[in-house]
Amino acid sequence: MADLHFLANPARFRRFSQRVLPSLGFATVLMLAFGLYMAFFVAPADYQQGQTVRIMFLHVPSAWLSMGGYALLAGLGASLLVWRHPLAALMARAAAPVGASFAAVCLLTGSLWGRPMWGTYWVWDARLTSMLLLFFLYLGHIALSRAYDEPERGDRSAAILALVGVINLPIIKFSVDWWNTLHQPASVTRLDAPAIHNSILIPLLWMAVSLLFLFIFLVLVRTETEIDRRRLENAAVQEEEAAA
Amino acid sequence: MAPSPSEIALQIDGLACRRGGRRVFDRLSFGLGEGELLALTGRNGSGKTTLLRAVAGLVRPDAGTVRWQGADTADDPEAWRDRLAWLGHLDGLKGDLSVAENLSVAQRLRGGAADRLDGALVAFDLRSLAARVVRTLSAGQRRRTALARIVLSAAPLWLLDEPLNALDVPAQQAFRAVLQKHLAAGGLAIAATHAELGVEGARTLELGRA
Amino acid sequence: MSGFTALLVRDLRLVWRRPGDVGVVLAFFVVAVVLFPLGIGPETNTLQRIAAGVLWCAALFAALLSLERLFAADYEDGTLDLLLLAPWPLELAALAKCTSHWIVTGLPLSLLAPVLGVAFGLDGGSLLALFATLLIGTPTLSLIGGLAAALTLGARKSGALLALLALPLCVPTLIFGAGAVETLAAGEGLWTHLAILGALALVALATTPWAIAAALRQAGE
Repeated sequence: MADLHFLANPARFRRFSQRVLPSLGFATVLMLAFGLYMAFFVAPADYQQGQTVRIMFLHVPSAWLSMGGYALLAGLGASLLVWRHPLAALMARAAAPVGASFAAVCLLTGSLWGRPMWGTYWVWDARLTSMLLLFFLYLGHIALSRAYDEPERGDRSAAILALVGVINLPIIKFSVDWWNTLHQPASVTRLDAPAIHNSILIPLLWMAVSLLFLFIFLVLVRTETEIDRRRLENAAVQEEEAAA
Repeated sequence: MAPSPSEIALQIDGLACRRGGRRVFDRLSFGLGEGELLALTGRNGSGKTTLLRAVAGLVRPDAGTVRWQGADTADDPEAWRDRLAWLGHLDGLKGDLSVAENLSVAQRLRGGAADRLDGALVAFDLRSLAARVVRTLSAGQRRRTALARIVLSAAPLWLLDEPLNALDVPAQQAFRAVLQKHLAAGGLAIAATHAELGVEGARTLELGRA
Repeated sequence: MSGFTALLVRDLRLVWRRPGDVGVVLAFFVVAVVLFPLGIGPETNTLQRIAAGVLWCAALFAALLSLERLFAADYEDGTLDLLLLAPWPLELAALAKCTSHWIVTGLPLSLLAPVLGVAFGLDGGSLLALFATLLIGTPTLSLIGGLAAALTLGARKSGALLALLALPLCVPTLIFGAGAVETLAAGEGLWTHLAILGALALVALATTPWAIAAALRQAGE
């Protein structure tokens, strides 16, 4: 009875996700295909940045999603700590590497964009530096959640870290901005969504929504895997007990 | 043998704990009246320690309540902790402090006065060791120091995890005498144990896999 | 408050019995700082420019180095259970532990840093600024580090993990701490930086004890 209770929410989630995932995956592929087409062929080249501006269509939504992903981790952490929602722990485990990957994509595209713009792959730009620190926060979360022999302890520790991290994120951002103005003049071209004209804004938003779909799709698939993994581990424990 | 409901000080209802998806115990209920001792028995891994920790409030149970004098202990954990004395499987002593220092620090951490150490020291034959640094003591001497801490706390409920561990025969007798005195004064105790406690009138709860 | 004082006094007394542990941390700080002139070269201009950053980073590493044992010792000998079961808020116990850590590391580091600053050619004003920023900034490091120590209690490879968790969260303190000395050198006022460092310490004071208590409780389960 108690064991069934543990599986109740994940089981319901699994039924839900299995119904949703195929159509969500299909929609994601279509949207991404159209979004990339717009980004590469429809949107105009920037008069200053030339073709490199197209990197923005991947770079900017990745930044948004990695920040949103960390907020999601904090929300899941609260849900685990306050209501002990078993699904929240599994979903946080699933979401952290996805969020970290988006942060990594943001950093990689940023440095690719920086090569022609700044003449170097890395500049201590305020946004890139903040993103790097967010990436480290993700790494800490991932490492902590997997650092315990008892997975539940890792889940709860990581949940506390996510909550503390989300409080500190604006402070880190503010201090990095301050540091940046202190140490270098703001005259370099900023790594930013440039002059927002509709011909750029629409593909940008379209890409943001498609990548959000991709984010949700990946998190759902990974959550399913985490549920199965936890089930297998529990089954192994119970088998051992039955044998004992 | 079960005490009538009016005398019951500690009431456990439907307690359930799981660890790592494994059920440690489920729907566990018992009551304990003043002056009663409950011995928890069962094999290794049967959940004796987890039950003690759940009663103390160290482990949040997945279901069920622990009531003291009718009130749910989860409502006021600080008042509840004030009523407990805890002896874990670890002694909870600082190796770099002396026996007397360990006892007085433990008392102050409970918010109590640290003035009448003598009685507790005498009860476990620790007077000659009072100034010794705990690091230099044997396992049995450390266990006696930890037990002296329990006596000192003057808490009505003692939660003891393997209290007889490492104790020699005279120390075991001293422990029994102290425990009987505690019970006679209306105190309660729950002890997880492998060995026979040797206290008359003790009730036994065997934990096992259903 | 009596429990808070008792815990603080106990921890200070334990350190007093083994002063070598603090000595090692301070020695690490000195050696780490001295390596920079050896690695970079003894030109006074360069050293002056990097002094604040080097001293702040070394202080941060030294503080983290000593944090691993903050709760681990209590966890291993069972006294953590006594703290968890003490009839007063665990948040206060967390604060007492971080306070004792600050007294035995943050405070001596703040006093030691200006002495080393002399060797980097810092002038009197900068030395004073260095002392002031470390004095206000190191409590934040103790609190955030204390949280990382509580979160990694009983984890595998907890030392490296502790640093990975704490360092990104310590970035604001590092930026404003080291930045203050530089703005002073640039002829600007120090007070904004000190005020922000104070604000960071207050934010840490208002949030970390609860998070530490939550982490310790779940370590006790």
